[in-house]
Amino acid sequence: MTAPRARSDRVLLAHGGGALMTKELIQSVILPVLDNDVLHPLDDAAVLNVTEGQLAFTTDSYVISPLFFPGGDIGRLSICGTVNDLAVKGAKPLWVSLGLVLEEGLAMVELETVVRSIGVTAEEAGVQVVTGDTKVVEKGKCDGLYINTAGIGRLVVPCPPGPTQIQPGDAIVVNGFLGDHGAAIMALRAGISFSPELSSDCAPLWDLVESVLAAGVTVHAMRDLTRGGLAGALCDLAEASGLGMRIWETLLPIRPPVRGVCDLLGLEPTAVANEGKIVFFCPSEDVDTLLSVLREHPRGEFAAAIGEVTARRDGFAVIVSRIGGERIIDLPPGETLPRIC
Amino acid sequence: MWETKPRPKRESSADLLAHIHQTAQAIGRAVQLMEVCGTHTVAAFRSGLRDLLPPSVSLISGPGCPVCVTPPSYIDAAIELSRRPGVTIATFGDLVRVPGTFSSLEQERAAGADVRVVYSPMDAVAIAREDPTRRVVFLGVGFETTAPGIALAVRSANGNMVDNFTVLSALKTMPAPMRVLAAGEEVKVDGFICPGHVSVVTGASAFSFLAEEFGIPCVVAGFEDIDLLRGIDMLLAQIAEGRSRMEIEYSRAVRWEGSRAAQSVIAEVFEPCDTEWRGLGVIPDSGLKLRPQFAEHNAASRFGVELTSRHTSVGCRCGDVLRGVLAPPECPLFDSRCTPATPMGPCMVSSEGSCAAFWRYGKRRRK
Amino acid sequence: MCLAVPAEVLTVNGDTAVVSLYGALREVNVTLVEGVSVGDYVLVHAGFALERWTAADVEEWKMIMEGNWPDVGDETAS
Repeated sequence: MTAPRARSDRVLLAHGGGALMTKELIQSVILPVLDNDVLHPLDDAAVLNVTEGQLAFTTDSYVISPLFFPGGDIGRLSICGTVNDLAVKGAKPLWVSLGLVLEEGLAMVELETVVRSIGVTAEEAGVQVVTGDTKVVEKGKCDGLYINTAGIGRLVVPCPPGPTQIQPGDAIVVNGFLGDHGAAIMALRAGISFSPELSSDCAPLWDLVESVLAAGVTVHAMRDLTRGGLAGALCDLAEASGLGMRIWETLLPIRPPVRGVCDLLGLEPTAVANEGKIVFFCPSEDVDTLLSVLREHPRGEFAAAIGEVTARRDGFAVIVSRIGGERIIDLPPGETLPRIC
Repeated sequence: MWETKPRPKRESSADLLAHIHQTAQAIGRAVQLMEVCGTHTVAAFRSGLRDLLPPSVSLISGPGCPVCVTPPSYIDAAIELSRRPGVTIATFGDLVRVPGTFSSLEQERAAGADVRVVYSPMDAVAIAREDPTRRVVFLGVGFETTAPGIALAVRSANGNMVDNFTVLSALKTMPAPMRVLAAGEEVKVDGFICPGHVSVVTGASAFSFLAEEFGIPCVVAGFEDIDLLRGIDMLLAQIAEGRSRMEIEYSRAVRWEGSRAAQSVIAEVFEPCDTEWRGLGVIPDSGLKLRPQFAEHNAASRFGVELTSRHTSVGCRCGDVLRGVLAPPECPLFDSRCTPATPMGPCMVSSEGSCAAFWRYGKRRRK
Repeated sequence: MCLAVPAEVLTVNGDTAVVSLYGALREVNVTLVEGVSVGDYVLVHAGFALERWTAADVEEWKMIMEGNWPDVGDETAS
């Protein structure tokens, strides 16, 4: 039996009213893609069975503009971002909630595309959408579509990785090219295109993390690199751990067109957003294993060791330039970048 | 430690640095080199080269950041315009967070003003063309590198009857403030690293007076790490030999006579005017204003805004920093009341301001 | 603010050209550079080509970016 088609070709205020049209929207747009046993009752709350151990819980809101970009869309992003935040705590992502805020007038076809993308990405990530909500706001009150997702995962390691576990001498590793997402989005704003096309690196990374953990690599910390890029993550972790960090500019894997965008616009490649990259901290004796496990995975093919945690307990991350000079990695607050996450 | 840790590419930069250290020793006294280009300020910091130079060689920044040398009255005028109905402000990103006397464009945008960041002045012309009902004011801030592009944008708008495109000019020309610095007694400049891209337009000859009239060694340097090292090496060699000449390190981009085409389009659209430089006061003939035949595109005259001098923030020492008299960490407000999140003056908020560069990249004590 | 980079010309269309910096493409205005053609390198600032570089200029630039410094070749004032 085919699902009923939504009768309107645009989202209307009534679709958010909680009554007949909301039900119609859910039946025709959401359930056909995301239905599962837990979601199906469309109850006030999802009831989940938990086994022993600890849970990880995270949330993120997605306000990216434009909604569609090379390599993904806001729907894909809303699953990847949340799933990856769980993954970097060593938690297998299980369930997500989906909160939609739609702008009156949003083309139904666009909503359907986003929801389909959510479905595909959720399946890729191995998660179920178990509960959700839909609201509609007046035209002009949001930029097409905003999404909030919250995610629950089950910890698979006895001690979740985190900055307090980072040790002097730890190696710092990333799973691939930096800055693809931010460059792809910013280029759209600045009239820059790419040949060959540059895509966002938006991807769910639990199985990448799982293979690292399964290989017995001791992971002291992991961080999902999003807004603020590698620089933001290293600054946060240096401060949180109270340790110093040093990375080498010549070791950073950056695609030439991303360098090109940064040079054209005067941006720091380390500060550009990512959506499919993790920075790992592991003991130096584990780095070869970590790199080989990552490189065997499609999302880790270009993994690279980029630096180390120093014995300097000053809470600064520094980058060593090509000529051997050092500069502190830092982010000025409030970069006037377009909405990229 | 693990094998993949790189040895930095020091082979040739090491040679240059060694030579720099040798020459500094031969000179035998402290020397102060001034760069006057915000892009040089950032490049020097990004390469971390200050720590690699001999302690006797210090690199200071002069008034090379066009946003920083623009007085707050300009931002105030832009803000005033942004509050008028039907006005769109088009600007380079650098200006959005600069504090005026009471507010900033960022704050005005949050309050509903139409403020748009553009990469090129031609993008601003396109905005004007797309919506003839809006009056577009492009904030024309920059030096000779940027002036030709703005001139072309005005000429294009004029030729295509895009009369809702205007420019609020704060354009400035570089040789004049350097003359003031060279003639002044405040800062001892033993050598100038001359602006690389301004010189593409003006030619290295525009700055040779510094060597010829004032006996100060000059080198026009590029912006890569190696360019800065070579430029410093060349300056120290001149100092050691007691020479003062204009030399070009950035030979792949800079010619002695510059770009005739760029100079000509600047002269066609703009004429010199007196203008105020933060920290240096009014310098005659150091600014560019639109010629009368382009009056229609002159936001200042067309919309009746005045660029009168007003007070800067209490305690703000940007003027002293821009003159090279005060290093950013020496400013009492640095990293206390004045930070990139809470800037008191443009040197901390401009992407090329020297205070911002020191704060972002330099070694500072975190509170 | 005086940020300018050399980029390779891919196509020319009257007053404008599409240039590439390592595969990042943008349209720029080439009014200031006479007779620009495909394969040329131009110095780009704020959407404008300021000047054309010779093959030797490009070669020096590439060497610098790759880390092989050429000898200092100067035009000096006399």
